[in-house]
Amino acid sequence: MSVDTATVAKIAALARIKVSEAELEAMVPELNGILAWVEQLGEVDVSGVEPMTAVIENKLRLREDTIDADPLTGGGRRDAVLANAPARQDGFFGVPKVIE
Amino acid sequence: MTDLTDLGVAAIRDGVAKGDFTAVEVAEAFNANVAAAAALNAFIVTTPEKAIEAAQATDARRAAGQPLGKMGGVPIGMKDLFATHGVQTTAASHILEGFTPEYESTVSQNLWNAGAGMLGKLNLDQFAMGSSNETSYFGNVISPWRRNDGGNAALAPGGSSGGSSTAVAARLAPAATGTDTGGSIRQPAAFTGISGIKPTYGRCSRWGIVAFASSLDQAGPMARDVRDCAIMLEAMAGFDPKDATSLDLPVPQWEAGLSGDLSGRRVGVPAEYRMDGMDADVAASWDQGIAWLKDAGAEIVEISLPHTKYALPAYYIIAPAEASSNLARYDGVRYGLRELPAKESGGGAGLQDMYAATRAAGFGAEVKRRIMIGTYVLSAGFYDAYYTQAQKVRTLIAQDFNSAFSACDVILAPTAPTAAFGLGEKSDDPLAMYLNDVFAVPASLAGLPAMSVPAGLNREGLPLGLQIIGKAFDEQGVLNAGLAIEQRARFSARPERWW
Repeated sequence: MSVDTATVAKIAALARIKVSEAELEAMVPELNGILAWVEQLGEVDVSGVEPMTAVIENKLRLREDTIDADPLTGGGRRDAVLANAPARQDGFFGVPKVIE
Repeated sequence: MTDLTDLGVAAIRDGVAKGDFTAVEVAEAFNANVAAAAALNAFIVTTPEKAIEAAQATDARRAAGQPLGKMGGVPIGMKDLFATHGVQTTAASHILEGFTPEYESTVSQNLWNAGAGMLGKLNLDQFAMGSSNETSYFGNVISPWRRNDGGNAALAPGGSSGGSSTAVAARLAPAATGTDTGGSIRQPAAFTGISGIKPTYGRCSRWGIVAFASSLDQAGPMARDVRDCAIMLEAMAGFDPKDATSLDLPVPQWEAGLSGDLSGRRVGVPAEYRMDGMDADVAASWDQGIAWLKDAGAEIVEISLPHTKYALPAYYIIAPAEASSNLARYDGVRYGLRELPAKESGGGAGLQDMYAATRAAGFGAEVKRRIMIGTYVLSAGFYDAYYTQAQKVRTLIAQDFNSAFSACDVILAPTAPTAAFGLGEKSDDPLAMYLNDVFAVPASLAGLPAMSVPAGLNREGLPLGLQIIGKAFDEQGVLNAGLAIEQRARFSARPERWW
């Protein structure tokens, strides 16, 4: 499978990356080169093979049912959470207006 | 008096404990080397005051007769992928420039708790995506090594942990943290003549490490020798309830368990790693490694890892897929860069325009490339053909290792297909760059512990590394085989100081 300019533009839109026309043109052969190379995976007979979901077997744990069990990841840290935000207002993240 | 910056982790820890020198003297010596090595561009931020602070604490504990910790008095470099409280953490990207975490990563906290101090945050490939440290927003790291041809060609320190490898090789730090997603500890270690181990997936907590590909990312130490790696890995590893994939197992005493006697051990040599057109010096160093391990008492067995050639293409689907998901968080809202373009129709830009403009300005070309690939292979209609297929191939690669380990205890292979290459030699060709990790990626896909140790110099006078891959949880077996090579290679070459 190979991609054309329109497909690359669509991928860029899905990935939320603004791409100029010139960048698009440059990306098409690059991505096609990589995709052509990964295509060889199609040769592998994978009938009856399960896709890997965990590389080392591990049990999924539940955290303790305690409020703020871990002080770093518990609640009450609003200011720390907002500290690196490019824009913040009244204890919230600030973003451009979304509703006209 | 010995130059304190010639000492490694064990020698510093023991010397401080004995009172041969103080931790502050050690920190000052390394701080001075760091300050004099700006030409290498190994650090994004230096924190000499942090190194001194930790050293003072160690000296005070010693004066009070308290235990100093596994890394007591040892200053280290911290790859700038680990969140450090109050110290800028960028993943070498523009999008995270200025990001100052309100928390400390588990691994770095473990190291500080063990008595280590921080010399600074080390440069790397942007979001750990690269094999030459040429994708950093903060510029290339230059390897301290040069070819013996009299030229001054700037060489790649490997990647993504290129700041770490350079810092350790150039004696700017006795050890440094690295992370390894598809070879990012082992390949730079090999390029710069140092040791580095990626432990079993889950040994080191990923909490607070900027995520690249979560099913592959593992932290590990990079240091001058195997013992130093064992000590530092003990300090870094351990169960962390904040990481869902953290292994709930006690941390073995790897240092105490070190032994270069491999009697009764079987070392597998994978036929598929001997590729057509293999670099002659790399092939010779591999043969030498086989002879060394035989000399150490091991039995050498031929093994087969039939799906080896598919590891790299599978990796370049799985890692970008996970990256495209992980990097979705950089949107200009919660941290880092925000670009707010003016709307063509006039007025302020909308939220979607902000996302797209922020990510366009904040990510470098290689990061964008991988996000695009990842987005494509996960998109409707292509998911099964690419992503599911790659995950199935990944199962087969893990099964290859499982069957091989019925016939051997560890596997010996080269770390990288060549010695260090020049900066700029491969940066225009993504595929040529990816091929650098051909020997490193299979162990990553299978989550296995693997290490690189220096084996010698090639004809250009550049270091070559040998890789040992072990069974899951058998870091000890890997370290011991590494030690057996180290004892026979007696690698003592170091880059001549030009910076």
